[in-house]
Amino acid sequence: MSSPIVKLVAQRIALGILLLLAVSVLIFAGTQILPGDVAQAILGQSATPESLANLREQLGLNQPAYIRYFHWLGGVLTGDLGTAMSSGQDIATSIKERLWNTLFLAFWAAIVAIPLAITLGLIAVRYRNGWVDKLISGVALASTSFPEFFIGYLLVFYFAVQHQWFPAISTVYDGMPLGERLQAIALPAAALTLVVLAHMMRMTRAAILNVMQSAYVETAELKGLSAAAVIRKHAFPNAIAPIINVVMLNLAYLVVGVVVVEVIFVYPGMGQYLVDHVTKRDVPVVQAVGLIFAAVYITLNIIADIAAIVANPRLRHPK
Amino acid sequence: MVDGKAKSGPLLDIRNLRIEATVYPPGEAPRTITLVHDVSLTLEKGKVLGLIGESGAGKSTIGLSSMGYGRGGVRITGGEVILNGRDILTGGKEGLRKLRGREVCYVAQSAAAAFNPAHRLMDQVVEATLLHGTATRAEAEKRAVALFRKLSLPNPETIGERFPHQVSGGQLQRVMTAMALCSEPDLIVFDEPTTALDVTTQIDVLSAIKDAIRDTHVAALYITHDLAVVAQVSDEIMVLRHGRLVEWGGTHQIIKEPRQEYTNALVSVHQIEHQEQQPGTTPMLSVKNVTAAYGGGHVKVLKNVSVDIFPGQTLAVVGESGSGKSTLARAITGLLPPEKGSVVFDGRTLANRLADRPKEDLRQLQMIYQMADVAMNPRQTVGTIIGRPLEFYFGMKGRERDKRVAELLDEIEMGKGFVDRYPAELSGGQKQRVCIARSLAAKPKLIICDEVTSALDPLVAHGILKLLLNLQQIEKVAYLFITHDLATVKSIADSIAVMYRGEVVRYGSKSKVLTPPFDAYTDLLLSSVPEMEIGWLEKAIKGRRMESAGN
Repeated sequence: MSSPIVKLVAQRIALGILLLLAVSVLIFAGTQILPGDVAQAILGQSATPESLANLREQLGLNQPAYIRYFHWLGGVLTGDLGTAMSSGQDIATSIKERLWNTLFLAFWAAIVAIPLAITLGLIAVRYRNGWVDKLISGVALASTSFPEFFIGYLLVFYFAVQHQWFPAISTVYDGMPLGERLQAIALPAAALTLVVLAHMMRMTRAAILNVMQSAYVETAELKGLSAAAVIRKHAFPNAIAPIINVVMLNLAYLVVGVVVVEVIFVYPGMGQYLVDHVTKRDVPVVQAVGLIFAAVYITLNIIADIAAIVANPRLRHPK
Repeated sequence: MVDGKAKSGPLLDIRNLRIEATVYPPGEAPRTITLVHDVSLTLEKGKVLGLIGESGAGKSTIGLSSMGYGRGGVRITGGEVILNGRDILTGGKEGLRKLRGREVCYVAQSAAAAFNPAHRLMDQVVEATLLHGTATRAEAEKRAVALFRKLSLPNPETIGERFPHQVSGGQLQRVMTAMALCSEPDLIVFDEPTTALDVTTQIDVLSAIKDAIRDTHVAALYITHDLAVVAQVSDEIMVLRHGRLVEWGGTHQIIKEPRQEYTNALVSVHQIEHQEQQPGTTPMLSVKNVTAAYGGGHVKVLKNVSVDIFPGQTLAVVGESGSGKSTLARAITGLLPPEKGSVVFDGRTLANRLADRPKEDLRQLQMIYQMADVAMNPRQTVGTIIGRPLEFYFGMKGRERDKRVAELLDEIEMGKGFVDRYPAELSGGQKQRVCIARSLAAKPKLIICDEVTSALDPLVAHGILKLLLNLQQIEKVAYLFITHDLATVKSIADSIAVMYRGEVVRYGSKSKVLTPPFDAYTDLLLSSVPEMEIGWLEKAIKGRRMESAGN
């Protein structure tokens, strides 16, 4: 790899780290300005002023905010996310399992959704403005327009209640065989796929159609290439950067936007965990989950940027 | 070559070709317009037919019909296109795909745009050959390397490994010719293959194309608007106008004894007699030792440039692309602040940065650009466009402004009917006139004209140059005229600066600069301008003293 790419990639990564730090400040500040007092929340209304003062001292709440921030940040960097106030459990341990569940679900949804969306986009371009194109666009748009909970319940009604092909509740546990696990997540994965499909498919279509105006596409047609070959060989490689961008945005959504779907299917993932602890006002957990979501989002976007840089022949092969 | 097909008779026989397109004018019902009206032509094996005409003449449309291809919504609605003894229009899509890239190949105007930026050159060059199965990959690549060598490309063995952006424009145009020749077609359609190139590069590419056609015995349709270019390569020439045939004959007959008035107008040299003015005593604008660079000083594009412009006179800046002509304009206007040196206007030094200049300085220096259509807001009417500087610089309003707009429209020889039109409703020449009126509205002392006639047809460009000279008489405005076209320079300049790689290599009054002895570069520039003379190309190549920069 040549030096301009290395430089650009290093820049993106450095920028991403900086951004993540900024987000951590925001998250910390955001939870600080929320009304309420952690010590009060833990001990309840009947606490004596002495015990409140003791607990504050113990939790370090008397220190200035920036010291507490660095304390928190230092913990995060060493893998210590603190303890949950509501249960007293170590946050890192509880999150680990849940994060893995969420990533598992997102992974399988992506495995189905991304190739499907890109293939449908290519087909829509091939038969553009014909009935195939309109059908694909119409169905994809409809599936996106429905709220996810509606799609979720529809899937449950049809596949779980009427036909009982898949479970309505996605219970997973440690040591569950892969086959069963996949069956358990089939419905939430399908719901997620339907939600993200249209966006990726329409962006693929638009990006390729944009490239189809180019002179080199005409050159390919005048060489006698078939319409499908022109799209696959000459249009698609030049539309890859915007497609990667939208794919990564949707991947990020699969991880951080699954809250509703997880709640519907009672799936033990990050979304469920976050919702539970927001209702309990468990600030350390909300902070930790928020930071992880931000990290996922930023990482995926860095990957999209880097992929777009690497996909550009001008940068890959400088003069 | 396709076996078993009729060997007698012409290679290509187009009969009563009619081509139509549907246009969708805003606010009106779609209607069908006819682009080509019953044109017929024949082309023998191994011969070259030049198709010539101004934009909108239907040259490219006719050329592409030999491949059964209609650009955009263009449809072939009548006539026959008989290639190798069969009507290709009745063969269906599959039949067309089999002949494209095998029997007929295409060389586009801008090879830089016609190559796919994502693939290596070699993959693209042999693609059609492999697709049609006429050779194995190894054979096709060997053939391609031989063609690269024949077209005198540097490093013929390895240039195929490069990506399009790693090769210069002139070289890409030759690679594209090699791509067309690689599948050994019977016919190649050359669509303005040298128009986008500098004169000095054009001559090399033209000569490479001519040799390749001669050695491979391929037939060609050569499409161009430049009669002097087509005269070098064609056996016959067909003159087209508004989709109709004007005149068709041998090259010698067309350029020496044209029978139609329109052909005569194209052939005659449009020299404008312009009496050179002697430089005055004090220059109005002095560029003093200006050095400018892009990329934070990394790429020096102007090196120690000094020129003077006198009141009411024209300084022409000539050179090929990349010589720093337009950068000089950017440095003068403050768009690119010079690193060293200064620009003195009317006895005072102008601020380096555009943002630091007072409104009065901005008013005194106006610009006209090459692409008139992108230099205007498409949502504004002609009246608004010309009226804007009047409001901005002079605070004119209402009737006073409208009166001045009408005067300016008169000066650019466009009647009152144009005030309420939008740019999209104007022709290329009219758009450029509106841009001229807009710059004049500011009553500047200097107008910088950046390749203002390059995108226009020769006859239209001629009109624009005459207009600019007339306006100079009336308004006493000075021009800094940036161009690569030496014919234009001769018509309009009082003094000339020849630029080469960021430096002024020759500078002085027009008569002095254009009188021998020449330096090597000026000689190259002058000798590269195509002349309407059969055999000029060979003479010019032989007489050159230096290689062009594009090589």
